[in-house]
Amino acid sequence: MTETLTIGKALNLGLRKAMEDDAKVVLMGEDIGKLGGVFRITDGLQKDFGEARVVDTPLAEAGILGTAVGLAMRGYRPVCEIQFDGFVFPAYNQIVTQVAKIHARSRGKLPMPIVIRIPFGGGIGAVEHHSESPEAYFAHTAGLKVVAVSTPADAYWGIQQAIAAPDPVVFLEPKRRYWEKGAVDSAATPDPLFGSRVVRGGDDVTVLAYGPMVKTALQAAEAAAEEGRSLEVIDLRTISPLDLDPVFDSVRRTGRCVVVHEAPVTLGLGAEIAARVTETCFHSLEAPVLRVGGYDTPYPPSKLEEEYLPDLDRVLDAVDRSLGF
Amino acid sequence: MTALQQTTEVVDPVPGADAPHLPGQPDLVQLLTPEGERVEHPDYPLDVSDEELRGLYRDLALVRRWDVEATALQRQGELGIWASLLGQEAAQVGAGRALAPDDMAFPTYREHGVAWTRGVDPLHVISLFRGVDQGGWDPVARAFNLYTVVIGAQTLHATGYAMGLQRDGAESAALAFLGDGATSQGEVNEAMIWAATFAAPVVFFCQNNQYAISVPIERQSRVPLFQRAAGFGFPGVRVDGNDVLAVLAVTRAALAAAREGSGPTFIEAFTYRMGAHTTSDDPTRYRLASELEEWKLRDPIARLKAHLSRTGIADADFFASVDAEGDELAARIRQGTLEMPDPAGTEIFDHVYAEQTPELARQREEFVAYHASFEGDQQ
Ligand SMILES: Cc1ncc(C[n+]2csc(CCOP(=O)(O)OP(=O)(O)O)c2C)c(N)n1
Ligand SMILES: [Mg+2]
Repeated sequence: MTETLTIGKALNLGLRKAMEDDAKVVLMGEDIGKLGGVFRITDGLQKDFGEARVVDTPLAEAGILGTAVGLAMRGYRPVCEIQFDGFVFPAYNQIVTQVAKIHARSRGKLPMPIVIRIPFGGGIGAVEHHSESPEAYFAHTAGLKVVAVSTPADAYWGIQQAIAAPDPVVFLEPKRRYWEKGAVDSAATPDPLFGSRVVRGGDDVTVLAYGPMVKTALQAAEAAAEEGRSLEVIDLRTISPLDLDPVFDSVRRTGRCVVVHEAPVTLGLGAEIAARVTETCFHSLEAPVLRVGGYDTPYPPSKLEEEYLPDLDRVLDAVDRSLGF
Repeated sequence: MTALQQTTEVVDPVPGADAPHLPGQPDLVQLLTPEGERVEHPDYPLDVSDEELRGLYRDLALVRRWDVEATALQRQGELGIWASLLGQEAAQVGAGRALAPDDMAFPTYREHGVAWTRGVDPLHVISLFRGVDQGGWDPVARAFNLYTVVIGAQTLHATGYAMGLQRDGAESAALAFLGDGATSQGEVNEAMIWAATFAAPVVFFCQNNQYAISVPIERQSRVPLFQRAAGFGFPGVRVDGNDVLAVLAVTRAALAAAREGSGPTFIEAFTYRMGAHTTSDDPTRYRLASELEEWKLRDPIARLKAHLSRTGIADADFFASVDAEGDELAARIRQGTLEMPDPAGTEIFDHVYAEQTPELARQREEFVAYHASFEGDQQ
C-alpha cells in the first residue's frame, strides 16, 4: 500500500482516484489531455477517462473558469489546471467576482465545488510569468479556500480532498518540488485538508512555511541543529482558512516566530500571521514575528532568482535576528 | 480597399477535416509556389528588385542560423529555454520587411525573425532566454515592442498604440503579432472589437502554425481564422505563411490601408511550427512525424532558394557567402552568449518605479548589507 512517489506522480494518482470515485469530476485545462500537461500531472488520464472528462480547452483562462461555473451549476466538479501561476490573471475576474461569491450570492443554493490547480513559485530558471506566488490575491478573497501542498502524501490526499470539498479551492502545487520523492500510503487516513502540521519539533524558534518553502525551512532547521539551535517547523498547508492553533501552541513555548514564503513580504501571508500571532501570543513573545520572503519587486530574471528567493541562509539569518532580541 | 477581399462564406467548416494542416485552399494568397515558381495574384502585385530578393533570402537564412545556434546553446545549458521559429521564417521576415521605420511592431515571444528586421541585436533577444533580462532592447528606438509572454495581451497594446497614431495624425501603423491559439483569448477578441470600432490603424498578423503547444487549431476555431475578421467588421486574408513574397505583399497592402485610414486587417499567415513549441516541449507526444515531412516540402527557405537559382538571380557564390555570414553570426551569438555578464543583484530594485519608494530603497540597502556580510565571511 505504501509507495515512494514524486509529488507530480502523487497528484496524478490522486486525480485518477478522484475521477474513479466520482463520475462528475471533469478536468479542464490547456494541454492537459494528449500531452498530459506541461508538467505531465495529468499524464495518461485522457487516454483512460476519455476526452469528455479530460478536456484540452481552447487557450482561454477566463473561459476555463467561467465555463467551470456553469458546469458546477449542473452538478459537475470541475478541476481546472492553470498552466503557470502567471497565467491565472485572465481568469482572475471569474475567480474573484464569480467563483468566490456565487455561494454567498445564492445563499448556498449554488455551491461551487471547483478546484483551481496552479503550479506556483520560482526556482526553475524560467522566463517571465512562470515563477509567481500569487496566493495572497486569493487568500484576500472571501469565498475561496487556498491550500499549498509540500509532500507527495499531501499531494495525493490533498487533491482528492480539494475535489470532494464543497467550496472552491485554489490548489497550489510547488512546481520546483514536483520531482521530490516521499512515501504515500494509499490505505492511510489522511490529515484534514484545512489543517497545519508540525513537521519538526523544536524549542527555540517556530518557523512557518508552506509549499516549496517547507523543504527550505527543514533544511534550515537541520543546519541550525548543528549549531545547537532547535527550530520547530510547521507546514501551514492551508493558507485560507488559516489553522493557527498549532502555531500559537508552538509560539507560546518558543516565544519566537519566523514566517517564510516566496511571495513578496508586503501584505503577504506573513503579515496576517504576524498580526494574529501578536494578538494571541503577545505575552509569550520574546521577539517580533519576523518575515522572510521575496522583495517587493517583480520576480527577477532567472539569473537573479537565487538572490531573490528565500533560502536556508536567509531563514537562518532571521532566526539569528529573532534570537538576538 | 479592393486589395483585401472580405470573405464571409465558410469554405471549410471544420478546418483540416479532409486535408489536415495542408494549404491549397482557393483563398490562400501565394506568389511563390513550394517549388519556387513565381505566380501572380490579381490583388497583390509585387514589385521586388533582384537585390531585394537576395536580401530576403539572406534574412531568412540568417534568422534560421541564429535559431539553430540558440537551440544548440539551450541544449548545452547556456539558455534556460528557447522558443524556435523554425518553419516560420518567411512569415516573420515578410511581415517585418513590410514595416516602415515608423510603424510599430508588437511581438509575442517567438518573433525573432521580426526582431531581426527591426535591427534588434540577437544577443538582446538571447538575454531573455538566458535569464539575464526581462526586456532586452530599447522598444522605442527599435520600433519593436518588448516580447509579451502572456498570450494575446499585446494585441490590445497595439490597438491602443494605433489609436494614439490616429489621434496624432501620424501616417504610421501598428502591427500586432499573435498565434493561432491566442485567437481564443478574450483580450484578443476585445482588441479586434476596439480596432474595428475606432478604425484603428492596426494590422493583426496571426501566424497560424497549426498548434498552441500540443493543441491543434481545430480546438481553437471551427472556421478558418481569417474568416473571423468579417464578424468584427474588417477584412481578413489568408496568406501562405511559407511564401515570403506573398507575406510581404499582403502585409504591405494591409499596413498601407491602415495608414491611409481604412482601419484594421486580420492576416492569417498559414504556416507550420516545424520544431517543438519550445526546447521544453516534446511534440512526439501529440503529432505525427509524417506531418512534419509534408511541411518540409513547403520549406520557406528552400522555395526562395529554388526561385533564385532557377532564375539566375543568385548564384552559388551568393549562397556560399550567405552561409559564411551565417556561420560568423552564429559564432558571434555563441561567444556573446558565453560572455554575457550576469546582472547585478541590486538591479531588481532599480527600475520598479519611476520614483523610487522609501520602502524599496530600504530593502535595497538591506539586500546590499546582507550580501556584504557573506563577503566578510570569505575574507
Ligand atoms: C495567458 C497565457 N496562458 C497560457 C500561456 C502558456 N502558453 C505559452 S505559449 C502557449 C501556446 C500559444 O499558442 P499560439 O498562440 O498558437 O502561439 P505559438 O506558440 O504557436 O507561436 C501557451 C498556452 C501563456 N503564455 N499565457
Ligand atoms: Mg500556434
